[in-house]
Amino acid sequence: MKGNTAVRVRKAFFKHKLGIVGIIILILLYLMILFADFLAPYNYKNTKRDFTFSEPTKIHWRKDDKFVGPFVYGMTRSRDPVTFAVKYVEDQEKVYPVKFFVRGETYKFWGLWETDVHLFGIGQHDDAVLYLFGGDRFGRDLFSRVLIGGRVSLTAGLIGTFIAVVIGAIVGAFSGYFGGWIDVTIQRLIEILRSFPRIPLWLALAMLLPPTWPSTTVYLGIVIVLSFIGWMGVARVIRGMVLSLREKEYVLAAQVIGQSNFKIITKHLIPNTITYLVVVSTLSIPGMILGESSISFLGLGIKEPMTSWGLLLKQAQSLSDIQSHPWLMIPGLFIILAVLSFNFVGDALRDALDPYRAVDKV
Amino acid sequence: MSIIQVERLKSHFKTDEGIVKAVDDISFELRDNEILALVGESGCGKSVTVQTIMGLLKCPPAIIEGSIKYLGKELIGMSNKAYQRLRGKEIGMIFQEPMSAFDPLYTVGEQACEAVSVHSKLDKAGIRDKIIAMFNKVGIPEAESRYDEYPHQMSGGMLQRMLIAMTLACDPNVLIADEPTTALDVTIQAQVLNLMRDLQKEFNTSIIFITHDLGVVAELADRIHVMYAGKIVEKAQVVELFDRPKHPYTKGLLASRLKRDLKGQILPFIKGTVPRAFEFPKGCRFHPRCPHAMEICRQRDPEPVVFENGHSCSCWLYASNNNIDGVDKT
Amino acid sequence: MILKGTNIKKYFPIRKGVFLQTAGYVKALEQVDFELNEHETLGVVGESGCGKTTLGRVITLIYSATKGHLAYTTPDHHTSHIDKTINKHDLKRYRRDMQMVFQDPFSSLDPRMTIGDILREPLDIHQIYPNRNERDEYIEYLLSRVGLYPEYAIRYPHEFSGGQRQRISIARAIALKPRAIVCDEPTSALDVSVQSQIINLLQELKEQERMAYFFISHDLDLVHHISDRIMVMYLGSVMEEGSAYEVFNHASHPYTRVLMKSIPHWDPKQRKLGSVHLKGEPPSPINPPKGCPFNTRCPKAYDRCAREMPTLKRLNNHHSVACWLYTD
Repeated sequence: MKGNTAVRVRKAFFKHKLGIVGIIILILLYLMILFADFLAPYNYKNTKRDFTFSEPTKIHWRKDDKFVGPFVYGMTRSRDPVTFAVKYVEDQEKVYPVKFFVRGETYKFWGLWETDVHLFGIGQHDDAVLYLFGGDRFGRDLFSRVLIGGRVSLTAGLIGTFIAVVIGAIVGAFSGYFGGWIDVTIQRLIEILRSFPRIPLWLALAMLLPPTWPSTTVYLGIVIVLSFIGWMGVARVIRGMVLSLREKEYVLAAQVIGQSNFKIITKHLIPNTITYLVVVSTLSIPGMILGESSISFLGLGIKEPMTSWGLLLKQAQSLSDIQSHPWLMIPGLFIILAVLSFNFVGDALRDALDPYRAVDKV
Repeated sequence: MSIIQVERLKSHFKTDEGIVKAVDDISFELRDNEILALVGESGCGKSVTVQTIMGLLKCPPAIIEGSIKYLGKELIGMSNKAYQRLRGKEIGMIFQEPMSAFDPLYTVGEQACEAVSVHSKLDKAGIRDKIIAMFNKVGIPEAESRYDEYPHQMSGGMLQRMLIAMTLACDPNVLIADEPTTALDVTIQAQVLNLMRDLQKEFNTSIIFITHDLGVVAELADRIHVMYAGKIVEKAQVVELFDRPKHPYTKGLLASRLKRDLKGQILPFIKGTVPRAFEFPKGCRFHPRCPHAMEICRQRDPEPVVFENGHSCSCWLYASNNNIDGVDKT
Repeated sequence: MILKGTNIKKYFPIRKGVFLQTAGYVKALEQVDFELNEHETLGVVGESGCGKTTLGRVITLIYSATKGHLAYTTPDHHTSHIDKTINKHDLKRYRRDMQMVFQDPFSSLDPRMTIGDILREPLDIHQIYPNRNERDEYIEYLLSRVGLYPEYAIRYPHEFSGGQRQRISIARAIALKPRAIVCDEPTSALDVSVQSQIINLLQELKEQERMAYFFISHDLDLVHHISDRIMVMYLGSVMEEGSAYEVFNHASHPYTRVLMKSIPHWDPKQRKLGSVHLKGEPPSPINPPKGCPFNTRCPKAYDRCAREMPTLKRLNNHHSVACWLYTD
């Protein structure tokens, strides 16, 4: 976008308070998963049998009525004699201050170099943990797992959407520009595919992925499955846009100077649908995030020990689990947060890019 | 007698890029039983002027100052309800694109009925008869069957004539026509212009006719006001304007007419382009394109100088305090 | 002679239904013969629906003719038939030599490309000035040729007025140094005070580059001003054709006469529109009348007119008319 238009769009976008909120949240979420290893006090895989289903650790700031800074107590595990429920009792003798830039388990920072520095933590101890979101059934830190799991959830949607939009734009543009039997064939094909219900289709395709595949390959497989359905909606809209764009005089002019059909589609038609493509991408990502979550939740997506927010939610399936360990639903909050933010941003973008709403929105 | 009196009208718009002074301090009147032409090119403010008169502008973003009096009654600041009683019954309006003035989902008869019944006390059958009579009057063949047809089944010329019929069926005092024939073929335009002239005589309606086409103006108008960049630069009776134009812009427009004997030669033209609404030049707005621009033209906006027979012109060439004593310099 | 069209017919099928069956045709061009000669302006005039824009687009191969021949002759007397069977080399040559300027300055330039990119596109396709510096110099030269500053090359179309955009379109059209340009109502969408500038520019370029123009317009005065020869069209057929002087001063076809009378004259002392008598409405090209297309509205029609379609008959060396009044 150029000059005046870019300024106008930016101004219009920032009039949307929700859009600004969405952008900020998304930036925070993506920074979070970028630095997940650093931010997480614990490795997402390590189990601690002594801390299964532990509650979110309370951080204390005052000891003996004095402000001393954040610290946690050691925990002893016991069973309630009446209900047989597991209880964790604080041992006020064991005090562990929360430190910053603390050494913990080693990891590879962005896969480049090894380090063991984490943003915060209490160090390695047998009797105390700093589990901000509590522990899961294997005693793993849910906070760390949410951070790592975010990587899969937030990127699968992004990549899936990108692939879907690229395929959809090309197919739709060809269909709309050439018309005739190419158009008829493609449109009927899309209609047939679209009449399958979406989630069962995703699940059916996900089941085709061999369970013996390594985690990362499964991940790519999921992404392809997600984009398999997404491209069709984009194709139909792009086709409609191209149908009217191809009558524009600058397209005719390109034909008259002898431009090839392929170049006309890629240089003139698709770039003039960019505003729609940007908006539809932003609004499709939530669907993909939910798609990945659904597939993994039902056990057909990525498998343990790799994790995603959907997979994390698997542990919060029964009401009794939710009642006794409500912190297991926190990954769901993150899904909601991400989906809402993308929707806010997409709405704000769509309004900002719409030239007919250049006047003040009420 | 003055039917509409406009005094120092300003219609400004607040936009992101600043204040757009679409109509900037114009004054004129529409007299009884006359056809007044507002002539100008894009951005001159002619459409905004009549939209202001009809109360069609939303304030904000529009800021309206000045006075518009219809039969002595002030229109600016009037409530929408009061305007609704005025529109159609007292002041009717037709627009440029007849096809888009109709809703494609309803027959022309239904829409004509809707328009007329707002202002009439007749029952449905009575209105239908009246409309069919008007359709016949404006020369629509087989008016009875046309009544039940849809807009897309008819040509632009026929639709425009129907619109004229619908508007005049309410017997308004004033008809405002905003470029009614610009979108029509030249042979159809001739028919519609003839029709308007005949009906004007018969119904004694006063017409404000907006166009950029001086040929149409010559055929139809009694008086002409030439607008440029939000201002009226010249006012005159039609014969007077064509014979003795005063403003350099008017002269430029008249000179660019394609006369037969000019064939093959370089056409006279006005250099430069029409300024955009938020880029109006300081001083006289025409000065960057004017072959006679002087220093004062770049500084100050000229006031109208009045000649005989109601001919007036806003140009420093004719201003008496320009130490040329008001003598015609051209 | 550059281009000769014989019996050009263009029907657009109207498709309805799930499998797009043909329900009828829009008969845009019925039977058109024309010749475009070297360095001459052929003016094509008519009202909406007459087929003049369609004809322009058939000539530039935006549409392909349903029937008929289009023959193009190069300066070295090589003639090729312009249709689907044309070979790649001849087609490329034809594209270079036949360019077009469109009506709407606001949609004839791609809003997402800079002016420089727009002018570069034809040069890249035909490999003119492969050297980058030479190419950029040429683009600057083109811009100044049409009266614009070379610095404008980095700007976008929306930053310019309608008249300036039309100049850019003209620069694009002359970039390939064509032999002929189809001008489809190049000034109709412009302000009156700017139209003369563009007409003058087109005239000047025609002289200097020795080009031919196929000039389409609904404005008879304009067509007379700029053309050497004129063709009057109505509902897909040519009604009258001849030199500008002949057609204008000795208009023979009843339609041409009505057209001339309908043009408002800029003389308030002689109001003439009242003398125009044209009955009925323009017929639809989906269902054109039998025989002469004008017979349903012609003040001089008689029985033969509704039965047979008249062909162009020569009145003299510079004038032909398709009307039964002038036969036998």
